[in-house]
Amino acid sequence: MTTTNVPANAPVRGRRTPLASTALHLTLLVTSVIAVFPVLWVLLTSLKPASHATTTDFVKETTLENYTKLLADTEFLTWFGNSLLVAGLTTVLGVFVAATTGYAVSRFRFPGKRGLMWTLLITQMFPVAVLIVPIYNIMSGLGLLNEPAGLVITYLTIAVPFCAWMMKGFFDTIPREIDESGQVDGLTPFGTFWRLIMPLARPGIAVTAFYSFITAWGEVAYASAFMVGDENLTLAGGLQKFVNQYGAQWGPMTAASVLIAIPAAIVFLFAQRHLVAGVSAGAVKG
Amino acid sequence: MAVHTSGQSVAKAAEPGRARGRRRDTAGAPGKLRRALSTHWYAWTMVAPVVIVIGVIIGYPLVRGVYLSLTNADERNVERSIGVNHLPATYEFVGLDNYADALTGSQFLDTLGWTLVWTVSCVAVTFGLGLTLANILNRRIAGRSFYRMMLILPWAVPGFVSVFAWRFLYNEDNGLLNKLLAGGGIDAVPWLNDPTWAKFSVIAVNVWLGVPFMMVALLGGLQSIPGELYEAAEMDGANAWQRFRNITMPGLRSVSTTVVLLSTIWTFNMFPVIFLLTRGGPGEATQILVTQAYKFSFEISPRDFAQSSTWGVLILVLLMVFAAVYQRVLRKQGETW
Repeated sequence: MTTTNVPANAPVRGRRTPLASTALHLTLLVTSVIAVFPVLWVLLTSLKPASHATTTDFVKETTLENYTKLLADTEFLTWFGNSLLVAGLTTVLGVFVAATTGYAVSRFRFPGKRGLMWTLLITQMFPVAVLIVPIYNIMSGLGLLNEPAGLVITYLTIAVPFCAWMMKGFFDTIPREIDESGQVDGLTPFGTFWRLIMPLARPGIAVTAFYSFITAWGEVAYASAFMVGDENLTLAGGLQKFVNQYGAQWGPMTAASVLIAIPAAIVFLFAQRHLVAGVSAGAVKG
Repeated sequence: MAVHTSGQSVAKAAEPGRARGRRRDTAGAPGKLRRALSTHWYAWTMVAPVVIVIGVIIGYPLVRGVYLSLTNADERNVERSIGVNHLPATYEFVGLDNYADALTGSQFLDTLGWTLVWTVSCVAVTFGLGLTLANILNRRIAGRSFYRMMLILPWAVPGFVSVFAWRFLYNEDNGLLNKLLAGGGIDAVPWLNDPTWAKFSVIAVNVWLGVPFMMVALLGGLQSIPGELYEAAEMDGANAWQRFRNITMPGLRSVSTTVVLLSTIWTFNMFPVIFLLTRGGPGEATQILVTQAYKFSFEISPRDFAQSSTWGVLILVLLMVFAAVYQRVLRKQGETW
């Protein structure tokens, strides 16, 4: 697209003029800096003394003061634990409930399949605004507001359709001959699914699980509305505590951001090749 | 052998006639129902957990939400407990009044207008940038995987963390962006406090968040286009632009239609960016439909559950109409989806 208007009697394919090369590298460099910089800046700020949080100097004196304060004086670890619990449970339950459905939808034609596929697709378009009020009222009636269990149930409304849809994509990539060979050996569809397909689909299931984990981990709307009181917040709610309309504590905010983002980013970057396959399997094959 | 039909070809050959016939005369022929059960019971068993879960935790709240939108429910008249006293619900059915109010008043339509601007500009810019970067990364270029890693980074950071990082940069008095501008002798920009700048700022953040996914998906699409096509085109004397138009774009169609649909829906419903950056402010300048509906039920007093539900249902209807139209257009162009 950019700058590749090679003249008609152009040089051999794969070669480009130095000018074009420079332009390409420049584009990539600039966009990479824009992509990385906000994250990097938060990291740098978190290492500055809190009083210097908003200065522009890169590194003058580094200190871990923000981190020690964050861990000692705030509920950060509680929030972290809450997020871990809620996202973990959501993932396990979501994958568990959705696995057989993904397989059935991938392999069989049965009455109701079209309707089910549409339901799975449409529920993924559900804006949070449609369900949040009734779920809030139901949870309040059941006494589950402010309880991790309530949030897990709520997140399943997002995770289950998503996991089923995504796993269908992965099961589609496993050759049907394997199912047939299972039947020749006398396995029932359940046996085929459990003994042959599940082991093969493990990477796909891992990707699905990872996605639903980060979705629950980063959810803001339900978490902000359902969880109140310092010790019940998840990270999305907790981080809001540091920056509200009355002022901003950038020191702890940046330290918390780093503690949330760095582990997530490392795992993500390792897993991203599979994630990419997941995106194309789940999304494109719809 | 009662259970079989896992090969699609087998299923296809055996099914269509029967499937169609059965639905019509189930009542008249119980034998067919029994046969359907014996053929399909395992498929139905496998999907049962999801059907039950969806029915209970999505279907039931959805029905209640639609019902609430037909009432005048708010914080003061819903069922609630104050101490030991349990107060029953006293809200009333008001028919379509809420919808009439929303669709004839200016607030819904104004918010819808900005939501559309927001969605279209975010998706268009994200797609354009994603496509450009994917095309560059699809070439042989030094440091390709390094660049790719850097460009994916925003995707790897949890969204709410990134949004707070941006709030930090945008801070009017001592955010980095304004400090840099001051260094260049330019007055501070009220990034989040002026309606126009706030709109620009939220779009910028959403684009920043969305480009990595778009780029990666399109890169996957590009890599699935066989290189021979380009070679053949080059032999025929097609220039770069012609190759892009006639090979790349058609080759990317199925990927790009999907990602455009997805990111349109996501952007339309993008709660965290607006909520955490501006809370819809200044005033209601950056309020999109979803955040406004949230505000009705959780931020104003008394909480207006009925209006919130009405907006929620309207959002859903809009999205479903959009998806249906989109799919129809694709189908007309010969795309199966």
